[in-house]
Amino acid sequence: MSSETRNDAAVQIDGVSKSFSGTVALEPIWLKIRRGEFLTLLGPSGCGKTTLLNLIAGFLEADEGELFIDRELVTQVPPHQREIGIVFQNYALFPHMTVAQNVAYGLRTRRVSKAETAERVAEALALVKLQDFADRRPRQLSGGQQQRVALARALVIRPRVLLLDEPFSALDRNLRTAMQVELREIQTRLGLTTVFVTHDQNEALSMSDRIAVMSQGRVRQIGAPDDIYDRPANLFVSTFVGDANLFDATLQGVQGGAAELIVGGAPLPVETYQEDLPEPGPVTLFVRPEQCRLTGAEEQGAVPAIVALSVYQGSYAELHLDCAAARGGRIMLRVPAAKALPAGIPVGIALPRTGPAIYAVEDADKEVA
Amino acid sequence: MRKSLLDHLLDWAGRIVLIAILAFVLLPFVVVAIASFNDGAILSFPPREWSWRWYANAFQYRDFGAGLTNSLKIAVFGATIALIAGAGFAYVLDRYEFRFKNTLNGILMSPLIIPNFTIGLGLLILSAAASLPRNLWLVVATHVVIVMPFVVRSVYVSLQNFERRFEQAAESLGGSPWHVLRTITLPLLAPGLASGGLFAAILSFNEFTASLFVVNQSTQTLPVAMYNYVREYADPTLAAVSVIYVLAVAVILLIVHKFFRLEKVLNVE
Ligand SMILES: Nc1ncnc2c1ncn2[C@@H]1O[C@H](COP(=O)(O)OP(=O)(O)OP(=O)(O)O)[C@@H](O)[C@H]1O
Ligand SMILES: [Mg+2]
Repeated sequence: MSSETRNDAAVQIDGVSKSFSGTVALEPIWLKIRRGEFLTLLGPSGCGKTTLLNLIAGFLEADEGELFIDRELVTQVPPHQREIGIVFQNYALFPHMTVAQNVAYGLRTRRVSKAETAERVAEALALVKLQDFADRRPRQLSGGQQQRVALARALVIRPRVLLLDEPFSALDRNLRTAMQVELREIQTRLGLTTVFVTHDQNEALSMSDRIAVMSQGRVRQIGAPDDIYDRPANLFVSTFVGDANLFDATLQGVQGGAAELIVGGAPLPVETYQEDLPEPGPVTLFVRPEQCRLTGAEEQGAVPAIVALSVYQGSYAELHLDCAAARGGRIMLRVPAAKALPAGIPVGIALPRTGPAIYAVEDADKEVA
Repeated sequence: MRKSLLDHLLDWAGRIVLIAILAFVLLPFVVVAIASFNDGAILSFPPREWSWRWYANAFQYRDFGAGLTNSLKIAVFGATIALIAGAGFAYVLDRYEFRFKNTLNGILMSPLIIPNFTIGLGLLILSAAASLPRNLWLVVATHVVIVMPFVVRSVYVSLQNFERRFEQAAESLGGSPWHVLRTITLPLLAPGLASGGLFAAILSFNEFTASLFVVNQSTQTLPVAMYNYVREYADPTLAAVSVIYVLAVAVILLIVHKFFRLEKVLNVE
């Protein structure tokens, strides 16, 4: 079993860490990236995403730990021998070369014959739909076109791994969505192992096979998008990915698989997906907005709240509620726009019995994203 | 909106100040240029009779021709050596950490505070002590010492502004460090290197003080030849040489400017 999973890993990161003159950028990290998978590194600014990518690419040397690509130990291998494709946010197209020369660069370093180079460059440009731009200079292209050239340049060498560092964050929204779809299509078609860095949770959720959520130089959770969203492993992940409503609650104990909670004065038995629950006592209850149901103020067991603000969002409205039981005194719910309520109306919030997560209070104090 | 009277006044004041500054900078040259056409044999101003004869004299005077040849050779060799050594040093400074880096940097920059005559005198004493011949290479060496700090600075600044992502992209595409240096780094740094080299050549061409110590009759540079001339004769020949000098440098700069615009067209920014 263990040898099988090992064979499966296109990239294996074994306890790799990195500090810059005393400041820890990356704590020791263990990570296996499966062959052909689209893995996203997601996390706030400064959490070490680029550092990890630079370590995989070989631009940085790890302080400790080992790195394997296709089971080959590459910790000491220089970047130009790692056969990795890389795409940067600012494209880094060589300004003194044409589009075709840019794409051909990685073939010329490999001494591929002229005829084959021409063929593969044309193929790569066709893949990103830029056949007609071969003779242009990079600065004569739009941002989206430049990013596609950068992608073609990285793909043409048939890399063992493709690394992308926030490749679309300089593009406007529509183009960005189009590029996301395009990249995912190409990646799937080529079966290319891909590590994608972003701090945009929607991008991460919509594109990835798996997401590694990072903060402060550590991987906080790794899993499929729905794992991350529906079953966050800790408070940091729950608040960084998606919207979160947090309640102050008291955990009384666990009975018959359900955690006995008191929220807003009312008892609430909750079945959670968590394996480890905090000690009985004050805890933080995490619920997604879509898991909360709006009720009348008098409803039995509902947490009382008062509408503070209603924000129209087109197809729905965001209701911001003042709620004494909530951490920070505020929670948010989405309702159909037609059902929006004016400020000052007292309401009740019915909490779900399955789905929410329970975290220790200390975690909440240091971890809310 | 109409401009107020004050705005007009400020406008005019601004223009006058600008013209005054320009005049102040250009005045010496204008005076010399006018004096160079004076027919009389003494440098007087303003001239009473006009003539080209000092220009003819300038071209006939042997030492000026020889001095110009020397100066050009020295500028070309000195700037080239300073550019190669200085660029290499700037690269090491930018890319590597090593012990005594700051000390080395300080020593290399010290010609900026040590006056040129000290450098000239020092190299003169040194060459005498080592019984080196006082040939053109001694002058070249002197000029290299003087202009290298400027080259190092200018290349270092270009390197600091250099986007390392270009090199990283090239490396990831399989370019060995040497290949990346040749195909990416050097072409992209070319304008910075060219301007550093040009700057070095002009500094060398204009250098007088240190040269005075290390030249002899056969290796004297144009500025030294001019200085020697003026010690013997007080006629306007020197003014004529000055005008030719300025025009020559201006023409070279114009050509280089053309070259740089060309660089821009090629998108090497
Ligand atoms: N060359 C460096 N020298 C010193 N500190 C560095 C260096 N590179 C990164 N760091 C530090 O390491 C930490 C991680 O940086 P990194 O660039 O990996 O973050 P990131 O997750 O990519 O952030 P962002 O989303 O802003 O790009 C940061 O605190 C950063 O300041
Ligand atoms: Mg980054």
